[in-house]
Amino acid sequence: MSKRIAFPFPGLFKGMWLTLKTMVKRAPVTMYPDVKEIPVPRARGVISLDVDACTVCMLCARECPDWCIYIEGHKEEQPSSKPGGKPRARATLDRFDIDYSLCMYCGICVEVCPFDALFWSPEYEYSEDNVSDLLHNKEKLTDWLATVPEAPGLEPS
Amino acid sequence: MNFWLELILKLVVILGFVLTGALVVIYAELKAGSHMQSRIGPYYAGGRWGWAQPLADGLKFLQKEDLAPAAADRTVYRLAPYVVMMSTIAVFVVIPFGPDMVGRDLDLGIYFVLAISSLSVLGILMAGWSSANKYSLIGGLRAAAQLIAYELPLVLVSAAVVIQAGTMSLNGIVAAQAQTWFTIGGVDISAPFLIKGQIVGFIIFMIASVAELSRIPFDMPIAESELTMGYLTEYSGIRFTMFFLGEYASMIALSAIAATLYLGGYAVPGVSGDILNIIGPGVMLLKISLLVFLFIWIRWTWPRLREDQLQHLAWRWLIPISLANIAVISIFKVVF
Repeated sequence: MSKRIAFPFPGLFKGMWLTLKTMVKRAPVTMYPDVKEIPVPRARGVISLDVDACTVCMLCARECPDWCIYIEGHKEEQPSSKPGGKPRARATLDRFDIDYSLCMYCGICVEVCPFDALFWSPEYEYSEDNVSDLLHNKEKLTDWLATVPEAPGLEPS
Repeated sequence: MNFWLELILKLVVILGFVLTGALVVIYAELKAGSHMQSRIGPYYAGGRWGWAQPLADGLKFLQKEDLAPAAADRTVYRLAPYVVMMSTIAVFVVIPFGPDMVGRDLDLGIYFVLAISSLSVLGILMAGWSSANKYSLIGGLRAAAQLIAYELPLVLVSAAVVIQAGTMSLNGIVAAQAQTWFTIGGVDISAPFLIKGQIVGFIIFMIASVAELSRIPFDMPIAESELTMGYLTEYSGIRFTMFFLGEYASMIALSAIAATLYLGGYAVPGVSGDILNIIGPGVMLLKISLLVFLFIWIRWTWPRLREDQLQHLAWRWLIPISLANIAVISIFKVVF
Protein backbone atom coordinates (compact mmCIF):
# COMPACT_ATOMS: atom_id res chain seq x y z
CA MET A 1 0.00 0.00 0.00
CA SER A 2 1.50 3.23 -1.04
CA LYS A 3 1.66 6.17 1.28
CA ARG A 4 -0.78 8.94 0.54
CA ILE A 5 0.68 12.24 -0.46
CA ALA A 6 -0.17 15.22 1.68
CA PHE A 7 -0.96 18.33 -0.32
CA PRO A 8 2.27 20.30 -0.15
CA PHE A 9 0.56 23.62 0.24
CA PRO A 10 2.90 26.49 0.89
CA GLY A 11 5.95 24.56 -0.28
CA LEU A 12 5.05 24.35 -3.96
CA PHE A 13 4.47 28.07 -4.20
CA LYS A 14 7.51 28.97 -2.11
CA GLY A 15 9.52 27.07 -4.71
CA MET A 16 7.84 28.92 -7.57
CA TRP A 17 8.58 32.24 -5.90
CA LEU A 18 12.22 31.27 -5.38
CA THR A 19 12.81 30.27 -9.00
CA LEU A 20 11.11 33.46 -10.20
CA LYS A 21 13.31 35.58 -7.95
CA THR A 22 16.42 33.72 -9.10
CA MET A 23 15.44 34.19 -12.74
CA VAL A 24 15.28 37.98 -12.58
CA LYS A 25 18.46 38.24 -10.54
CA ARG A 26 21.80 38.56 -12.31
CA ALA A 27 23.48 35.18 -12.64
CA PRO A 28 26.80 35.20 -10.78
CA VAL A 29 28.73 33.93 -13.80
CA THR A 30 32.24 34.83 -14.96
CA MET A 31 32.19 34.85 -18.78
CA TYR A 32 35.33 32.74 -18.81
CA PRO A 33 37.25 33.10 -22.07
CA ASP A 34 36.47 36.84 -22.17
CA VAL A 35 36.94 37.45 -18.46
CA LYS A 36 39.63 35.41 -16.75
CA GLU A 37 38.73 33.71 -13.52
CA ILE A 38 41.36 34.49 -10.88
CA PRO A 39 41.88 31.46 -8.68
CA VAL A 40 42.96 31.71 -5.06
CA PRO A 41 46.77 31.58 -4.64
CA ARG A 42 46.69 28.09 -3.15
CA ALA A 43 44.44 26.61 -5.85
CA ARG A 44 45.60 23.25 -7.21
CA GLY A 45 46.06 24.09 -10.87
CA VAL A 46 49.25 22.47 -12.04
CA ILE A 47 52.34 20.94 -10.39
CA SER A 48 55.70 22.55 -11.04
CA LEU A 49 59.14 21.09 -10.56
CA ASP A 50 62.35 22.56 -9.20
CA VAL A 51 64.94 20.37 -11.01
CA ASP A 52 67.84 21.48 -8.82
CA ALA A 53 66.10 20.36 -5.65
CA CYS A 54 65.14 16.93 -6.98
CA THR A 55 67.31 14.03 -5.82
CA VAL A 56 65.61 11.32 -7.93
CA CYS A 57 64.42 9.59 -4.76
CA MET A 58 61.30 8.33 -6.61
CA LEU A 59 59.08 8.86 -3.55
CA CYS A 60 56.55 10.91 -5.56
CA ALA A 61 56.41 8.34 -8.37
CA ARG A 62 55.87 5.54 -5.86
CA GLU A 63 53.21 7.34 -3.83
CA CYS A 64 51.25 8.55 -6.86
CA PRO A 65 47.86 6.73 -6.77
CA ASP A 66 47.49 7.12 -10.55
CA TRP A 67 51.07 6.22 -11.45
CA CYS A 68 51.21 9.28 -13.64
CA ILE A 69 54.77 10.38 -12.74
CA TYR A 70 57.61 8.96 -14.82
CA ILE A 71 61.15 9.43 -13.49
CA GLU A 72 64.45 8.27 -14.93
CA GLY A 73 67.92 9.16 -13.66
CA HIS A 74 71.49 8.02 -13.45
CA LYS A 75 74.40 8.27 -11.00
CA GLU A 76 77.21 10.68 -11.82
CA GLU A 77 80.69 10.47 -10.29
CA GLN A 78 81.57 13.70 -8.56
CA PRO A 79 84.97 14.61 -7.19
CA SER A 80 85.02 15.10 -3.48
CA SER A 81 84.61 18.61 -2.21
CA LYS A 82 87.67 18.22 0.04
CA PRO A 83 91.09 17.28 -1.38
CA GLY A 84 91.95 13.62 -0.96
CA GLY A 85 88.37 12.62 -0.27
CA LYS A 86 86.44 9.80 -1.82
CA PRO A 87 84.54 10.69 -5.06
CA ARG A 88 80.82 10.89 -4.49
CA ALA A 89 78.00 9.50 -6.61
CA ARG A 90 75.29 12.08 -7.32
CA ALA A 91 71.89 11.15 -8.77
CA THR A 92 71.02 13.21 -11.85
CA LEU A 93 67.58 13.62 -13.29
CA ASP A 94 67.13 12.53 -16.94
CA ARG A 95 63.39 12.45 -17.22
CA PHE A 96 60.58 13.79 -15.04
CA ASP A 97 57.17 13.63 -16.73
CA ILE A 98 53.72 14.13 -15.23
CA ASP A 99 50.82 12.83 -17.33
CA TYR A 100 48.01 15.31 -16.62
CA SER A 101 45.54 13.12 -18.48
CA LEU A 102 45.89 10.67 -15.58
CA CYS A 103 46.64 13.02 -12.69
CA MET A 104 43.79 13.43 -10.21
CA TYR A 105 45.29 16.46 -8.46
CA CYS A 106 45.46 14.78 -5.06
CA GLY A 107 48.77 16.50 -4.27
CA ILE A 108 50.33 13.49 -2.56
CA CYS A 109 53.52 13.95 -4.61
CA VAL A 110 53.83 17.53 -3.36
CA GLU A 111 53.24 16.33 0.20
CA VAL A 112 55.78 13.51 0.18
CA CYS A 113 58.63 15.29 -1.60
CA PRO A 114 61.37 15.41 1.11
CA PHE A 115 63.41 18.11 -0.66
CA ASP A 116 60.62 20.54 -1.63
CA ALA A 117 61.08 20.04 -5.35
CA LEU A 118 57.37 19.99 -6.24
CA PHE A 119 54.99 22.95 -5.85
CA TRP A 120 51.37 23.69 -6.58
CA SER A 121 50.71 26.49 -9.07
CA PRO A 122 47.23 28.03 -9.54
CA GLU A 123 47.68 28.10 -13.34
CA TYR A 124 44.90 26.17 -15.10
CA GLU A 125 44.95 27.01 -18.82
CA TYR A 126 46.87 24.09 -20.28
CA SER A 127 44.18 22.08 -22.06
CA GLU A 128 45.25 20.47 -25.34
CA ASP A 129 43.62 19.17 -28.51
CA ASN A 130 45.59 15.95 -28.25
CA VAL A 131 45.67 13.81 -25.09
CA SER A 132 49.34 12.95 -25.55
CA ASP A 133 50.21 16.65 -25.27
CA LEU A 134 49.06 16.55 -21.64
CA LEU A 135 52.27 14.71 -20.77
CA HIS A 136 54.37 17.56 -19.40
CA ASN A 137 58.13 16.97 -19.48
CA LYS A 138 60.87 18.27 -17.22
CA GLU A 139 61.28 21.56 -19.11
CA LYS A 140 57.58 22.32 -19.18
CA LEU A 141 57.20 21.50 -15.47
CA THR A 142 60.14 23.81 -14.72
CA ASP A 143 58.44 26.60 -16.67
CA TRP A 144 55.45 26.43 -14.33
CA LEU A 145 57.78 27.31 -11.44
CA ALA A 146 57.54 31.00 -12.37
CA THR A 147 53.81 30.94 -11.64
CA VAL A 148 54.13 29.49 -8.13
CA PRO A 149 53.03 32.07 -5.57
CA GLU A 150 55.39 32.91 -2.75
CA ALA A 151 55.00 30.66 0.25
CA PRO A 152 53.52 32.31 3.34
CA GLY A 153 55.94 32.90 6.18
CA LEU A 154 56.35 30.35 8.93
CA GLU A 155 54.24 30.61 12.03
CA PRO A 156 56.12 31.94 15.05
CA SER A 157 56.93 29.12 17.41
CA MET B 1 -10.01 31.80 -53.74
CA ASN B 2 -9.09 28.50 -55.30
CA PHE B 3 -9.67 25.69 -52.80
CA TRP B 4 -6.30 24.01 -53.34
CA LEU B 5 -4.38 27.27 -53.20
CA GLU B 6 -6.09 28.15 -49.94
CA LEU B 7 -5.38 24.70 -48.52
CA ILE B 8 -1.67 24.90 -49.41
CA LEU B 9 -1.42 28.41 -48.00
CA LYS B 10 -3.02 27.33 -44.72
CA LEU B 11 -0.77 24.26 -44.52
CA VAL B 12 2.36 26.33 -45.03
CA VAL B 13 1.29 28.94 -42.47
CA ILE B 14 0.39 26.33 -39.85
CA LEU B 15 3.56 24.28 -40.42
CA GLY B 16 5.70 27.40 -40.31
CA PHE B 17 4.00 28.61 -37.14
CA VAL B 18 4.32 25.24 -35.41
CA LEU B 19 8.00 24.72 -36.27
CA THR B 20 9.21 28.26 -35.55
CA GLY B 21 7.02 28.33 -32.44
CA ALA B 22 8.59 25.09 -31.22
CA LEU B 23 12.09 26.48 -31.79
CA VAL B 24 11.23 29.69 -29.94
CA VAL B 25 9.80 27.70 -27.02
CA ILE B 26 12.92 25.50 -26.90
CA TYR B 27 15.06 28.65 -26.76
CA ALA B 28 12.82 30.13 -24.07
CA GLU B 29 13.11 26.94 -22.05
CA LEU B 30 16.91 26.90 -22.35
CA LYS B 31 17.20 30.53 -21.32
CA ALA B 32 14.55 30.71 -18.59
CA GLY B 33 15.64 27.39 -17.11
CA SER B 34 19.25 28.52 -17.01
CA HIS B 35 18.43 31.80 -15.29
CA MET B 36 16.24 29.98 -12.75
CA GLN B 37 19.34 27.95 -11.86
CA SER B 38 21.64 31.00 -11.66
CA ARG B 39 23.22 30.16 -15.01
CA ILE B 40 23.29 32.08 -18.27
CA GLY B 41 22.53 29.32 -20.74
CA PRO B 42 23.29 29.54 -24.46
CA TYR B 43 25.33 32.67 -25.06
CA TYR B 44 27.60 32.49 -28.09
CA ALA B 45 25.58 30.70 -30.82
CA GLY B 46 24.31 33.27 -33.32
CA GLY B 47 26.37 36.12 -31.95
CA ARG B 48 23.99 37.48 -29.32
CA TRP B 49 22.33 35.75 -26.35
CA GLY B 50 22.74 32.44 -28.13
CA TRP B 51 19.58 32.91 -30.18
CA ALA B 52 20.70 30.32 -32.74
CA GLN B 53 21.18 27.53 -30.19
CA PRO B 54 17.98 25.58 -31.03
CA LEU B 55 18.84 25.84 -34.75
CA ALA B 56 22.35 24.58 -34.08
CA ASP B 57 20.97 21.71 -32.00
CA GLY B 58 18.55 20.82 -34.77
CA LEU B 59 21.32 20.84 -37.39
CA LYS B 60 23.42 18.62 -35.16
CA PHE B 61 20.57 16.12 -34.78
CA LEU B 62 20.09 16.10 -38.57
CA GLN B 63 23.69 15.04 -39.05
CA LYS B 64 23.37 12.07 -36.70
CA GLU B 65 22.88 8.58 -38.04
CA ASP B 66 19.27 7.38 -38.13
CA LEU B 67 19.66 4.12 -36.24
CA ALA B 68 17.12 1.36 -35.79
CA PRO B 69 17.85 -1.55 -33.42
CA ALA B 70 18.34 -4.93 -35.13
CA ALA B 71 15.40 -6.48 -33.26
CA ALA B 72 13.10 -3.50 -33.84
CA ASP B 73 9.90 -3.70 -35.81
CA ARG B 74 11.22 -1.42 -38.55
CA THR B 75 7.94 -0.21 -40.08
CA VAL B 76 6.28 0.67 -36.77
CA TYR B 77 9.52 2.09 -35.39
CA ARG B 78 9.89 4.44 -38.35
CA LEU B 79 6.23 5.45 -38.39
CA ALA B 80 5.89 6.34 -34.68
CA PRO B 81 7.41 9.88 -34.78
CA TYR B 82 5.17 10.83 -37.70
CA VAL B 83 2.06 9.76 -35.76
CA VAL B 84 3.08 11.88 -32.76
CA MET B 85 4.01 14.88 -34.93
CA MET B 86 0.84 14.59 -37.02
CA SER B 87 -1.47 14.48 -33.99
CA THR B 88 0.18 17.63 -32.66
CA ILE B 89 0.07 19.62 -35.88
CA ALA B 90 -3.53 18.61 -36.61
CA VAL B 91 -4.65 20.36 -33.41
CA PHE B 92 -3.64 23.73 -34.89
CA VAL B 93 -6.24 23.36 -37.64
CA VAL B 94 -9.06 24.45 -35.34
CA ILE B 95 -7.29 26.94 -33.05
CA PRO B 96 -8.68 30.41 -33.79
CA PHE B 97 -6.30 33.37 -33.89
CA GLY B 98 -9.04 35.78 -34.96
CA PRO B 99 -12.66 35.61 -36.15
CA ASP B 100 -11.42 34.54 -39.61
CA MET B 101 -7.87 33.57 -38.71
CA VAL B 102 -8.58 29.87 -38.28
CA GLY B 103 -7.63 26.83 -40.34
CA ARG B 104 -11.15 25.45 -40.31
CA ASP B 105 -13.79 26.40 -37.74
CA LEU B 106 -15.28 22.99 -36.99
CA ASP B 107 -18.59 22.80 -35.15
CA LEU B 108 -17.07 20.02 -33.04
CA GLY B 109 -13.82 21.98 -32.51
CA ILE B 110 -13.01 21.01 -28.93
CA TYR B 111 -14.08 17.42 -29.57
CA PHE B 112 -11.73 17.27 -32.55
CA VAL B 113 -8.87 18.68 -30.46
CA LEU B 114 -9.32 16.14 -27.66
CA ALA B 115 -9.72 13.24 -30.09
CA ILE B 116 -6.76 14.09 -32.30
CA SER B 117 -4.41 14.92 -29.44
CA SER B 118 -5.12 11.51 -27.87
CA LEU B 119 -3.67 9.96 -31.05
CA SER B 120 -0.19 10.80 -29.79
CA VAL B 121 -0.64 8.01 -27.20
CA LEU B 122 -0.76 5.62 -30.13
CA GLY B 123 2.51 6.97 -31.52
CA ILE B 124 4.18 6.73 -28.12
CA LEU B 125 2.99 3.14 -27.62
CA MET B 126 4.21 2.30 -31.14
CA ALA B 127 7.61 3.77 -30.31
CA GLY B 128 7.81 1.95 -26.98
CA TRP B 129 6.78 -1.41 -28.34
CA SER B 130 8.69 -1.45 -31.60
CA SER B 131 12.05 -0.43 -30.10
CA ALA B 132 12.62 -3.97 -28.73
CA ASN B 133 14.02 -2.48 -25.54
CA LYS B 134 12.73 -2.97 -22.02
CA TYR B 135 13.20 0.69 -21.08
CA SER B 136 11.27 1.77 -24.15
CA LEU B 137 8.47 -0.70 -23.44
CA ILE B 138 8.10 0.31 -19.80
CA GLY B 139 8.26 3.96 -20.78
CA GLY B 140 5.64 3.48 -23.50
CA LEU B 141 3.29 1.64 -21.13
CA ARG B 142 3.76 4.27 -18.42
CA ALA B 143 3.06 6.98 -20.98
CA ALA B 144 -0.10 5.20 -22.11
CA ALA B 145 -1.34 4.73 -18.53
CA GLN B 146 -0.58 8.35 -17.71
CA LEU B 147 -2.08 9.85 -20.86
CA ILE B 148 -5.29 7.87 -20.44
CA ALA B 149 -5.52 8.84 -16.76
CA TYR B 150 -5.04 12.54 -17.48
CA GLU B 151 -7.08 12.60 -20.69
CA LEU B 152 -10.18 12.03 -18.53
CA PRO B 153 -9.97 15.18 -16.37
CA LEU B 154 -8.99 17.11 -19.50
CA VAL B 155 -12.15 15.97 -21.28
CA LEU B 156 -14.33 16.51 -18.21
CA VAL B 157 -13.22 20.08 -17.53
CA SER B 158 -13.52 20.89 -21.24
CA ALA B 159 -17.06 19.54 -21.06
CA ALA B 160 -17.78 22.05 -18.30
CA VAL B 161 -16.61 24.85 -20.58
CA VAL B 162 -18.74 23.47 -23.42
CA ILE B 163 -21.77 23.46 -21.09
CA GLN B 164 -21.16 27.06 -20.06
CA ALA B 165 -20.52 28.27 -23.63
CA GLY B 166 -23.27 26.18 -25.18
CA THR B 167 -21.11 25.30 -28.18
CA MET B 168 -18.22 23.02 -29.10
CA SER B 169 -16.79 25.30 -31.76
CA LEU B 170 -13.66 27.05 -30.50
CA ASN B 171 -14.68 30.25 -32.27
CA GLY B 172 -18.06 29.97 -30.56
CA ILE B 173 -16.40 29.53 -27.17
CA VAL B 174 -14.37 32.70 -27.75
CA ALA B 175 -17.53 34.54 -28.83
CA ALA B 176 -19.31 33.37 -25.67
CA GLN B 177 -16.54 34.91 -23.58
CA ALA B 178 -16.58 38.15 -25.58
CA GLN B 179 -20.30 38.79 -25.19
CA THR B 180 -21.59 41.10 -22.50
CA TRP B 181 -21.68 39.55 -19.05
CA PHE B 182 -23.33 42.45 -17.23
CA THR B 183 -23.57 46.21 -17.63
CA ILE B 184 -22.44 48.80 -15.10
CA GLY B 185 -23.47 52.37 -15.83
CA GLY B 186 -23.84 51.77 -19.53
CA VAL B 187 -20.42 50.06 -19.84
CA ASP B 188 -20.62 46.48 -21.10
CA ILE B 189 -18.38 44.19 -19.08
CA SER B 190 -17.27 40.88 -20.63
CA ALA B 191 -15.03 38.37 -18.90
CA PRO B 192 -13.24 35.17 -19.83
CA PHE B 193 -14.48 31.87 -18.40
CA LEU B 194 -11.58 31.86 -15.92
CA ILE B 195 -13.33 34.69 -14.06
CA LYS B 196 -16.84 33.40 -14.77
CA GLY B 197 -16.47 30.50 -12.35
CA GLN B 198 -14.09 28.17 -14.20
CA ILE B 199 -11.07 28.71 -11.93
CA VAL B 200 -11.12 25.11 -10.69
CA GLY B 201 -11.51 23.88 -14.25
CA PHE B 202 -8.54 25.99 -15.37
CA ILE B 203 -6.28 24.63 -12.62
CA ILE B 204 -7.25 21.04 -13.45
CA PHE B 205 -6.79 21.73 -17.17
CA MET B 206 -3.26 23.03 -16.57
CA ILE B 207 -2.30 20.10 -14.30
CA ALA B 208 -3.66 17.61 -16.83
CA SER B 209 -1.88 19.46 -19.66
CA VAL B 210 1.48 19.16 -17.93
CA ALA B 211 0.79 15.44 -17.50
CA GLU B 212 -0.29 15.10 -21.16
CA LEU B 213 3.02 16.67 -22.17
CA SER B 214 4.94 14.22 -19.93
CA ARG B 215 6.86 17.13 -18.50
CA ILE B 216 8.21 17.46 -14.97
CA PRO B 217 6.54 16.93 -12.46
CA PHE B 218 4.77 14.25 -14.48
CA ASP B 219 7.65 12.92 -16.58
CA MET B 220 7.65 9.32 -15.31
CA PRO B 221 7.51 7.91 -18.91
CA ILE B 222 10.95 9.34 -19.65
CA ALA B 223 12.36 9.43 -16.10
CA GLU B 224 16.09 9.40 -16.84
CA SER B 225 17.19 7.93 -13.54
CA GLU B 226 15.12 4.78 -13.96
CA LEU B 227 14.24 4.46 -17.66
CA THR B 228 17.17 6.16 -19.46
CA MET B 229 14.86 8.08 -21.78
CA GLY B 230 11.73 5.89 -21.80
CA TYR B 231 10.19 5.38 -25.21
CA LEU B 232 12.77 7.73 -26.77
CA THR B 233 15.74 5.57 -25.72
CA GLU B 234 16.48 4.03 -29.13
CA TYR B 235 15.66 7.04 -31.27
CA SER B 236 18.36 9.16 -32.83
CA GLY B 237 18.81 11.75 -35.54
CA ILE B 238 15.83 13.15 -37.38
CA ARG B 239 13.29 10.87 -35.68
CA PHE B 240 14.37 11.99 -32.21
CA THR B 241 14.16 15.59 -33.44
CA MET B 242 10.58 14.98 -34.51
CA PHE B 243 9.60 13.66 -31.07
CA PHE B 244 11.40 16.62 -29.50
CA LEU B 245 9.78 19.24 -31.73
CA GLY B 246 6.45 17.46 -31.28
CA GLU B 247 6.71 17.80 -27.50
CA TYR B 248 7.30 21.54 -27.71
CA ALA B 249 4.70 22.03 -30.45
CA SER B 250 2.09 20.27 -28.31
CA MET B 251 3.08 22.57 -25.46
CA ILE B 252 2.05 25.48 -27.70
CA ALA B 253 -1.08 23.62 -28.80
CA LEU B 254 -2.25 22.91 -25.24
CA SER B 255 -1.47 26.49 -24.18
CA ALA B 256 -3.47 27.75 -27.15
CA ILE B 257 -6.42 25.55 -26.19
CA ALA B 258 -6.24 26.64 -22.55
CA ALA B 259 -6.06 30.28 -23.69
CA THR B 260 -9.11 29.76 -25.92
CA LEU B 261 -11.18 27.90 -23.33
CA TYR B 262 -10.38 29.92 -20.23
CA LEU B 263 -8.58 33.17 -21.05
CA GLY B 264 -10.86 34.47 -23.78
CA GLY B 265 -8.74 33.51 -26.78
CA TYR B 266 -8.20 36.34 -29.24
CA ALA B 267 -11.05 38.42 -27.81
CA VAL B 268 -10.31 41.93 -26.55
CA PRO B 269 -13.04 43.74 -24.58
CA GLY B 270 -14.58 46.53 -26.61
CA VAL B 271 -13.06 45.48 -29.94
CA SER B 272 -14.96 43.62 -32.60
CA GLY B 273 -15.06 42.96 -36.33
CA ASP B 274 -12.16 43.27 -38.72
CA ILE B 275 -9.77 44.95 -36.27
CA LEU B 276 -9.89 41.77 -34.21
CA ASN B 277 -8.48 39.87 -37.19
CA ILE B 278 -5.40 42.10 -37.02
CA ILE B 279 -4.79 42.38 -33.28
CA GLY B 280 -6.33 38.98 -32.46
CA PRO B 281 -3.23 36.91 -33.30
CA GLY B 282 -1.06 39.19 -31.17
CA VAL B 283 -3.40 38.88 -28.18
CA MET B 284 -3.56 35.12 -28.66
CA LEU B 285 0.24 34.82 -28.89
CA LEU B 286 0.59 36.86 -25.70
CA LYS B 287 -1.76 34.52 -23.83
CA ILE B 288 -0.03 31.46 -25.29
CA SER B 289 3.41 32.70 -24.22
CA LEU B 290 2.15 33.41 -20.70
CA LEU B 291 0.89 29.84 -20.38
CA VAL B 292 4.04 28.39 -22.00
CA PHE B 293 6.10 30.33 -19.47
CA LEU B 294 3.98 28.79 -16.72
CA PHE B 295 4.83 25.31 -18.09
CA ILE B 296 8.54 26.16 -18.18
CA TRP B 297 8.41 27.68 -14.71
CA ILE B 298 6.77 24.59 -13.24
CA ARG B 299 9.26 22.30 -14.98
CA TRP B 300 12.28 24.03 -13.46
CA THR B 301 10.79 24.27 -9.96
CA TRP B 302 8.98 21.14 -8.90
CA PRO B 303 10.32 17.62 -8.35
CA ARG B 304 9.00 14.55 -10.12
CA LEU B 305 6.05 12.55 -8.78
CA ARG B 306 6.38 8.80 -8.22
CA GLU B 307 4.41 6.62 -10.62
CA ASP B 308 1.75 5.59 -8.06
CA GLN B 309 1.40 9.15 -6.72
CA LEU B 310 0.83 10.28 -10.28
CA GLN B 311 -2.02 7.84 -10.83
CA HIS B 312 -3.35 8.61 -7.36
CA LEU B 313 -3.57 12.32 -8.18
CA ALA B 314 -5.49 11.70 -11.40
CA TRP B 315 -7.97 9.05 -10.30
CA ARG B 316 -8.64 10.07 -6.69
CA TRP B 317 -8.52 13.84 -7.00
CA LEU B 318 -8.68 15.33 -10.47
CA ILE B 319 -11.44 13.14 -11.93
CA PRO B 320 -13.86 13.45 -8.95
CA ILE B 321 -13.22 17.20 -8.71
CA SER B 322 -13.80 17.71 -12.43
CA LEU B 323 -17.03 15.69 -12.22
CA ALA B 324 -18.20 17.91 -9.35
CA ASN B 325 -17.10 20.90 -11.44
CA ILE B 326 -19.40 19.79 -14.27
CA ALA B 327 -22.29 19.44 -11.82
CA VAL B 328 -21.73 22.88 -10.31
CA ILE B 329 -21.35 24.57 -13.70
CA SER B 330 -24.50 22.85 -15.01
CA ILE B 331 -26.49 23.99 -11.98
CA PHE B 332 -25.32 27.58 -12.40
CA LYS B 333 -26.06 27.41 -16.13
CA VAL B 334 -29.62 26.26 -15.46
CA VAL B 335 -30.29 28.60 -12.53
CA PHE B 336 -28.92 31.83 -14.03
